[in-house]
Amino acid sequence: MPEQVAVQVDSLKVYFDVSPPLVTRLLNKLPRQYLKAVDDLSFSITKGQTFSLVGESGCGKSTVARSVAGLCRIHDGQITINGTDADLPAARQDQRDAAEQVQMIFQSPYASLNPRWRVRDIVAEPIRAFKLARDKADERQQVARLLEQVGLSASDGEKYPHEFSGGQRQRISIARALSSRPKFLICDEPTSALDVSVQAQILNLMTQLQDELGLTYLFISHDLAVIDHMSDWVGVMYLGRICEITPKSELFANPRHPYTRMLLATVPDLQGKSNRPTITGEVPNPITPPTGCYFHPRCPHAEDRCRSERPTLQTHGPTRVACHAVQEKRL
Amino acid sequence: MTKAGLIKFRNDFLDHDITYSFLHSPATIIAALVTLVMFVMAFGAPLFTSYTPFDPGSLNLMDAFIPPAWEDGGTALHVMGTDGQGRDIFAAILYGTQVSLTVGLLSVLLSIGIGIPLGIIAGYSGGWVDTVIMRIADIQLTIPPILIALMIDGITRTSISRDLHEVVAIPVLVASIGIASWPQYARITRSGTLVERNKDYIAAAKLIRTPVPLILLRHILPNVIGPTLIVATIGVAVAIIIEATLSFLGVGVPPTTPSLGTLIRIGNSFLFSGEWWITFFPALTLVILVLSVNLIGDWLRDTFNPKLR
Repeated sequence: MPEQVAVQVDSLKVYFDVSPPLVTRLLNKLPRQYLKAVDDLSFSITKGQTFSLVGESGCGKSTVARSVAGLCRIHDGQITINGTDADLPAARQDQRDAAEQVQMIFQSPYASLNPRWRVRDIVAEPIRAFKLARDKADERQQVARLLEQVGLSASDGEKYPHEFSGGQRQRISIARALSSRPKFLICDEPTSALDVSVQAQILNLMTQLQDELGLTYLFISHDLAVIDHMSDWVGVMYLGRICEITPKSELFANPRHPYTRMLLATVPDLQGKSNRPTITGEVPNPITPPTGCYFHPRCPHAEDRCRSERPTLQTHGPTRVACHAVQEKRL
Repeated sequence: MTKAGLIKFRNDFLDHDITYSFLHSPATIIAALVTLVMFVMAFGAPLFTSYTPFDPGSLNLMDAFIPPAWEDGGTALHVMGTDGQGRDIFAAILYGTQVSLTVGLLSVLLSIGIGIPLGIIAGYSGGWVDTVIMRIADIQLTIPPILIALMIDGITRTSISRDLHEVVAIPVLVASIGIASWPQYARITRSGTLVERNKDYIAAAKLIRTPVPLILLRHILPNVIGPTLIVATIGVAVAIIIEATLSFLGVGVPPTTPSLGTLIRIGNSFLFSGEWWITFFPALTLVILVLSVNLIGDWLRDTFNPKLR
């Protein structure tokens, strides 16, 4: 079977208006200011695979997730989600809507469930929105099956969210996301609020569901161990741009971009290397980013070209890297 | 409901935190009982007294200024005595409390009816909608509620014919107090909405393209209404006081259907001539009523504030 592209993101730009209030701006003759949270970012996800975005906090990972989900106004660029299978005849409009929809698993299991709703209503909300149940009994049956699918019991539907632990709530969140039968799921740091032992359970559940239902994931995380566990492809983000897109095995075996190398070097290990290279400096202010390559103020390999010219993604073997040093074979 | 279901419901009710907190707060139990008794007596007034104090035909001026039963010259027929027109004070208080409670409850209903929707819309929309609604609320908060009520009352009095004054008196009073106090409910609801609207369950609802009115109604409203309703309980007490004040000042309910405030005002002029009971008993009733409602409101506020639990 040829590989189908499930999600295609082309030169996505998300800018936030952080201008001072109108009166202040007029009095002090200040220009409008924009925070470039996501700046000209492109990637695509193959059907049934997991694409991960990794990076420090504030690099725009979650903004990408929210824009792909349609929760965030995008400045420019295009997002295409191919939910319907190409070989199937055009279905009913609401079925197409349901197939092209995006569902999301959120970071905090405490804020992602309405505390006043029973679990069965929370899980049934997308079913009702897309009219996927024939009647009440059918809906109840679907909810029960979903709850069992994520490792809860059907009777848990009667309870309220506060009666569950963080991990169980995340399972409810997954059941809700699956209830409208999406093909594409965005997971915005779904385990970073959980205990390590519970993280593993949730991640295993997610990979198991991916195999069973053929789901495509856009996975956001700052945790390289989680990325290793989940991903097929990884995009490394820095300050709103992707600096490296690579298959997971390449990322850990053969990182190319200097930033990726530094990220990997920060992973603690038991050997206790004493001369671990550290990332120096801080992430620059995204309102006034550096010229050229955004990473140059912190990069040990930076040269004049890096300070003036913005690098683009270039193919190097299986990897695509945006780095002048790699391109010039200095690295 | 089946019998087993009823028993489960009863046990759940008795086990509940709120029931526990209620049963361990003697002041609240007393306040709730007093409020309940006053409610029943006010709205079932004909069951507790045979007098109809505001029917001029049933009054006898020979009965004027009878002191309470235990004083010299008192009679068991008029336990709390009578006023200058021979009205039984006890009966007048029952009917007066009825008016006070009606005005208090209806005006709070009106102000939460205005305040909650405006607060949710302001908080959820943000931007200029928020600015416009909240600036209007701010401007209104700079004027004391009594002044606003006086103004609305004054305008309606001058703009409608004299014959209608008595008919519209209570609706005007409800409208004045209700409009005067919506900003505080709008503020509480707005601040709750600002917190809730950024939570991920709202994002989850947006993902499946839930229309904004449904998000406001089904997701935000149930999560922000609690604190507003608790403040509204205390608001009932405040509304009763404003109503009493307005009636005391003579712009409230007409003398033919007096409230507690009117009774206090009527009695006030006899205070220095020695007929203290005419103003004392209505005033005492007002104090007990407002105190009880306030105690219940305080208890609700403490019980539902998770930080104090």
